[in-house]
Amino acid sequence: MTVEISYREALHQALAEEMRRDGDVLLLGEDITGYGGSYAVTKGLYEEFGLDRVMETPIAEAGIVATAIGLSMGGLRPVAELMTVNFALLALDQIVNNAAKFHYMFNGQWSVPIVVRTVSGFGQLAATHSQTFEGWFASVPGLKVVMPATPADAKGMLKTAIRDPDPVIFIEHSLLYSRRGPVPEGDDHTVPIGEAAVVREGSDVTLVAYSRMAVEALAAAEELSHDGIECEVVDLRTLRPLDLDTVAASVARTHRAVACGEDWRTGGFGASLAAEIQERCFDVLDAPVARVAMADVPLPYARNLERMLIPSAHSVTQAVRSLFDTGGRS
Amino acid sequence: MAKATSRPSTTRRRSGRTEDGASAPSRRRHHATIAGLDAGTLLTMYRQMLLIRRFEEHAAEAYSQAKIGGFLHLYIGEEAVAVGALHGARPDDHLITHYRDHGYALVRGCEPGAVMAELFGRATGVVGGRGGSMHLADASKHFWGGHAIVGGHIPVAVGLALAQQKKQTGLVVVDVFGDGATAIGMFHEAMNMAMIWRAPVVFLCENNLYGMGATLVEQSPVARLVERARGYNMPAAQADGMDPVDMRRVMHEATEHARRGEGPFFVEALTYRFRGHSMADPEMYRTREEVREWRAKDPIPAFAKRLVDAGVAGEEELQRLDAEVEEQVLAAVRFADESPPPDPATVFDKIYAAPLEKRP
Repeated sequence: MTVEISYREALHQALAEEMRRDGDVLLLGEDITGYGGSYAVTKGLYEEFGLDRVMETPIAEAGIVATAIGLSMGGLRPVAELMTVNFALLALDQIVNNAAKFHYMFNGQWSVPIVVRTVSGFGQLAATHSQTFEGWFASVPGLKVVMPATPADAKGMLKTAIRDPDPVIFIEHSLLYSRRGPVPEGDDHTVPIGEAAVVREGSDVTLVAYSRMAVEALAAAEELSHDGIECEVVDLRTLRPLDLDTVAASVARTHRAVACGEDWRTGGFGASLAAEIQERCFDVLDAPVARVAMADVPLPYARNLERMLIPSAHSVTQAVRSLFDTGGRS
Repeated sequence: MAKATSRPSTTRRRSGRTEDGASAPSRRRHHATIAGLDAGTLLTMYRQMLLIRRFEEHAAEAYSQAKIGGFLHLYIGEEAVAVGALHGARPDDHLITHYRDHGYALVRGCEPGAVMAELFGRATGVVGGRGGSMHLADASKHFWGGHAIVGGHIPVAVGLALAQQKKQTGLVVVDVFGDGATAIGMFHEAMNMAMIWRAPVVFLCENNLYGMGATLVEQSPVARLVERARGYNMPAAQADGMDPVDMRRVMHEATEHARRGEGPFFVEALTYRFRGHSMADPEMYRTREEVREWRAKDPIPAFAKRLVDAGVAGEEELQRLDAEVEEQVLAAVRFADESPPPDPATVFDKIYAAPLEKRP
């Protein structure tokens, strides 16, 4: 049995259920109590669990992540909320130099079981508030990086992330919070980290995407189907560790691939993904791996300029068509 | 702590002689105290200071022989700070430090051989040769490292302290950093949050007057770093970092304040490093006169004199202790030298606690 709920509600349920299941789980972040969280995910949680387990913090991103790390070393299971991924840059030292390193560098003496929940997305917020850095996080050994696209994955993977013994960077998307979708009923729904999902089958091209771009890729697949191009859509769900096996198996069937993301073209996650596919699948590819990415520009405020730049279903269909224009299989 | 187990052998020898009726001064020594500390504790403190000094001297020698790579930051001159501070805390109180960490590791009871082996990059090192000099740690002794991004560990201690508060362990966290670290943003975030949450943490700032080669005046608008605590409404005190007894007294007050649930405490230890910032430091930024003045305050001979003057120990006994420590450190160097390097087959191990191997 499934119920239809929003991505936001799914995340809220995951937090509440894990806090009920394990008394060591606690939340900390800016405006997560009285304000309810800037995207309302934590709304009402402090009423149920008290201010001891839903901790309001000052505006101090490095301090928030550091505190979470210290709490985890003391036996707790903290979930830190960073209001947006743009602000996570202030905590980059804690994430990269501490959370990702302690287990290896101190020879496995202790792990850092924290979840850093944060948000990427757009909405006329201009250059400093419209970025996404999953490629940076995914390049760091020691981190796990999760970017769910659906309410079911948002709930199931957040629960798995909280139970995971390693630091998990859990990146939500501001444009997905209100999207609804079916989620298995009950409080035992979990989704493993590190496994991609084939969310649409098709024979002509593989669209590899995650987070909002998985939604856009499905829309593009629908449109292209009317023109006789059948897309297979792989939702990565986890960026590190990357489930390249599922991607490669799909590309072996379709012989074409498009790496879809929202981060910058240069050095973004898609660059690494395309290189992996090219290396692993060179012999079965009928065309170079195409890419959908953000143009290398700081995102401007004006609506027309922003719309022009944000990767969308349209960008995906264009990329797919370019693959068939430049030489097909037959 | 392991050091405590090596001390009673000396005590046993003394009391053995006393039973023979041969040594009246030993009986007198047994009752001698300084600032209420018994002879056994005082001699342990002295022995630990010597251990750090001799360890560092041999580490410097090994570095010059290229047996140690990377950076090597010596603690020579500052021994009284670590020794006094950890005697002021409980042996199971949590400890997290900066990268000048050899002294803290040794006083916490890490085996000198395992510490030296870590400096040598050997499999038998305290962290298996993965961390080196700057990243010593032993979680079983509540010593959480050894951190080398200046200031990066300061707020981690706040989280660890909150965990003590939430789990009601009765333990506090000793959070050690240098004067240079008080300029970085994370120091501010940590002080601010610790006070908001009344976290049981003692911020121990080792003020050795230099952040690498920059003087305190170049880095801080206040000369007395305790004044920084005022901005957070946090209680603070200065301690004489060249005197283990004063360090112990101030740190005991600070840790008990935190343990009583009264919140964080800031301690400024006034000290000086006799050697350069690291082995690579040509020390162009300070005068020989200044170094000579501070060396005249060397905490080890000063403490030895106090022990003798107070009748805690005779000079011969202190010399014997020094010889014992020298032997112990030589054994540590031999152990490190004879230990194997890490097995290359392990290089990808332990990146994750749960590696999430893809299922077939």
